[in-house]
Amino acid sequence: MTAADKQFPPPPILTHPSASPPILVTQGAEGRLYKTTHLLPTLPCALKYRPPKPYRHPALDARLTRARISAEAKVLERCWREGVPVPAVHAMDAAAGWLAMEWIEGVPVRVAINAWLGDAEGEAAPTNEKQEEDLVDLMRRIGEAVGKLHKTGVVHGDLTTSNMMLRPRGSGTPANGEPEAATQDGRAKALEGEVVLIDFGLATQSMSDEDRAVDLYVLERAFASTHPRAERLFGAILDQYKTTFKKAPSVLAKLEDVRMRGRKRSMLG
Amino acid sequence: MTLERIQLEHVPANIRIYATLFRDVANADFLHSQLLARNPDFEYAFVDASSVISRFHLLSAVYAAVNALVTGSLRTPNVHSEIVVSLNVNNNIADAYRRWGIAPGKTKDLIVVKVVAAPEGAASTGTASSPARTAQEPDDEQQSLWTHLATHVQGTPSDLTDANLAPLTDWSKVRKYYRLNGVPALAGCKDGEEKRRQEEKLAVMGMALKGL
Repeated sequence: MTAADKQFPPPPILTHPSASPPILVTQGAEGRLYKTTHLLPTLPCALKYRPPKPYRHPALDARLTRARISAEAKVLERCWREGVPVPAVHAMDAAAGWLAMEWIEGVPVRVAINAWLGDAEGEAAPTNEKQEEDLVDLMRRIGEAVGKLHKTGVVHGDLTTSNMMLRPRGSGTPANGEPEAATQDGRAKALEGEVVLIDFGLATQSMSDEDRAVDLYVLERAFASTHPRAERLFGAILDQYKTTFKKAPSVLAKLEDVRMRGRKRSMLG
Repeated sequence: MTLERIQLEHVPANIRIYATLFRDVANADFLHSQLLARNPDFEYAFVDASSVISRFHLLSAVYAAVNALVTGSLRTPNVHSEIVVSLNVNNNIADAYRRWGIAPGKTKDLIVVKVVAAPEGAASTGTASSPARTAQEPDDEQQSLWTHLATHVQGTPSDLTDANLAPLTDWSKVRKYYRLNGVPALAGCKDGEEKRRQEEKLAVMGMALKGL
């Protein structure tokens, strides 16, 4: 961690004293994500920071950074208002290039699915249908989240299973007793939780079928490469998407076109 | 003394924040007139407790104002007025004073926040040490602030706790100011406690976005 700290000086906001030091969680091409605290030592938060780019003119750099942080915050607020499961915004300073969000507990969906599939292999038994039901159920929850997202007129722009968190059903909602879970406690629990969409850095507000179809296509491709053994269950996501989102049929029709040609729209015409 | 020192995360060591609550304030007119007169002895943020949801809500505004002070982006004369403006969901300053500031004849319960920014040099010399002690003796500072407040605010001092704040909140006002009526995310939740938490988050989000 110290090496990482040296490599990336923290944003000015994080140089001020706090009860526990900020942790660099991940680093992308455009920004860095820190786990830190907001207001109180007991309130964890995710702080996204877009550092200035030295190769851009300072005036342009400031404008782009400000616009992108605000755009992300705006999309998050809109989604949250409409009941799409996304992290809440706690604070932001667009000029300084940071955005503080609610910290989402749990693991990325990618990790949960792979852990689950990995366990299945360890047992050396082909997953039977009943076990598979857990995974299909998770797929449905993903489809529902994406459906709600598109319903609000937002496209994510980078839908992958890494950009979804599986938040354990926390203190807020009462745990419902599950009769079947007793037989295979650990594995059944591994896929439990609420799907929360994260990283809206590439999100845009759009109502077009084309953009929505590309969103689904990107998810489909990401799914095929990160979880090849679960690929055949992808249909469950689309099925649930259809029931959640009224305008899904035209999007799915468009998805067929997108599959034929790829993510990029043809430059002809 | 109910004036407490509040240590927020990621606030420079030379900045000290104090806050308290007064119930049944009788001289709101006088306090308001001191603000209008820009009396430097009355550099406090006076916030009407009826439009505040909780400590988290209030502290979010305090943090936003302190951040503006630190980054030099204050939009109002000082950090105290900035606290009141930070509670608003848009950039209308007059509106913010009217809604969250002290209102003569109306304000009954009053939150008082004081932000003291000590000169940079005093605190920043020792980087590793804790921010607790600086040259200005914060204990004396807290005591003298409290003496000043206790003599000039005619009201019942109370601790600034969520338990004390909750019954003072005028929800019809808060819902209007933060546009919480008819929000789809709130439609599904019946549970009072859960709904209150959601509304608090929405209010804080509105403040952070400032009408974007």
